Amino acid sequence: MERRNVDLSPAELLPILPGHSSPGRFERVLRAGKFAVTTELAPPDSANPAQVYERASVFDGYVDAINATDGSGAHCHMSSVAVCGLLTRAGYSPIMQISCRDKNRIAVQGDILGASAMGVANILCLTGDGVESGDHPQAKPVFDLDCMSLLQIGRKMRDESTFESGRKLDHAPAVFFGAAANPFAPPYEFRADRLAKKVAAGAQFVQTQYCYDIDLLKTYMQRVRDLGLDKKVYILLGVGPLASAKTAEWIRSNVPGVHIPDAVIKRLAGADNQKAEGIQLCIDIIQQASEIEGISGCHIMAYRQEHAVPEIVEGSGILSRRNSRQTPAR
Amino acid sequence: MYRVRQWSVKQSRLLEAFYQRFEKIVVRLHPLWNRIGYERLEKPFAVTEKTVKGFLFDCQMCGQCALSSTGMSCPMNCPKTLRNGPCGGVRSNGNCEIKPDMPCVWVQAWEGSSRMKKDNVHVVQFAVNNKLYGRSSWLAVARDQNTDSSIQREASV
Repeated sequence: MERRNVDLSPAELLPILPGHSSPGRFERVLRAGKFAVTTELAPPDSANPAQVYERASVFDGYVDAINATDGSGAHCHMSSVAVCGLLTRAGYSPIMQISCRDKNRIAVQGDILGASAMGVANILCLTGDGVESGDHPQAKPVFDLDCMSLLQIGRKMRDESTFESGRKLDHAPAVFFGAAANPFAPPYEFRADRLAKKVAAGAQFVQTQYCYDIDLLKTYMQRVRDLGLDKKVYILLGVGPLASAKTAEWIRSNVPGVHIPDAVIKRLAGADNQKAEGIQLCIDIIQQASEIEGISGCHIMAYRQEHAVPEIVEGSGILSRRNSRQTPAR
Repeated sequence: MYRVRQWSVKQSRLLEAFYQRFEKIVVRLHPLWNRIGYERLEKPFAVTEKTVKGFLFDCQMCGQCALSSTGMSCPMNCPKTLRNGPCGGVRSNGNCEIKPDMPCVWVQAWEGSSRMKKDNVHVVQFAVNNKLYGRSSWLAVARDQNTDSSIQREASV
């Protein structure tokens, strides 16, 4: 074979431990029973890689993995495959999001292989928002797959080393697969059962929608434990700082699937510094959630407040507790 | 015919019982279908199915009917055509995120399936086969069940 001056391994990958699916650090943290922290990177509206690294560097030292969103809110941005390819080169541990809205099963399988080739160890399978909520409502919604079928296909590629069609792969992608969950939207009684379906389809971890209602979460987690799901899937609770009571009101009425109770809005409205209160609220929720059996970590989504992520992680005391030798691992 | 669609979800138990009997008859008539020829029957069956199920469920003729697993609420009426449960965008009043005036197809499916005997709503459904669009799922059931059982019979011999 002709030798070319090309680095064949864009990412520094760890050996895959026995019983693990991926060479990633994120899976290792979860399987070691540590409270994991992930966050979300908003891909730039730009062709400049420096902007990706700039946005990622805010999280240095504070998170176990970074989600790269895939056209979130049905808006155009740099693709999640490319963002992840850039991140792995710099030693980051990305979670690549795939939305079923824009790609059919042919494109999706190509992306799974491509991402894995670039050192992506984690993939989050999403159905995706409708095109109507984005900046191109005229676009054709694809939805050839839903997140369940996407999980099944990904698992088949990894475990059976074949495409969905049955055609053999030369090299299977070693990927840790995840999905999303929303315990905070109707039909509430069905939400844990839907999680069970995702686990059956191949989800190994889930990241939830924003949590602002601990009571609702507790009810959901009770059902999750009753179904034995906490033993089968790592659940990372979605959290995020609200900038003000006004923002919270706006999100509540305009972002589908985000549930914010009146008490939260009241607490923000009553604070002298609403932004600081929003961060404190987020910290409180992380701390309360970490006490709930079956919650394995938190996913901090701080859209346009990314700089607050280190403060939230510090404030929650997760990492200091995790790293102190006195505290036994969970 | 939105009202009819909602009535069908409310009557999910009754429709399930009716369909189970109907399916048995269609499956048993396999020798007849076979003699006439499945391909020749495709069009008249598809037209009938579209008329009946279109009226009752706003059926979209995906060709691989999942109504028995979705509480008699057709999942192809979901703007994302989800076949495994509601997305995370369901509004607090139980309506669709994309069509705010329409109750979520899956909120209804969950209610409908809670009245049904079979617990199929918990079984993961794989994505639709787009080649089957517009074809009769009744005929497909008759053909598949007969070929499946004949394969099993052959295997056991």
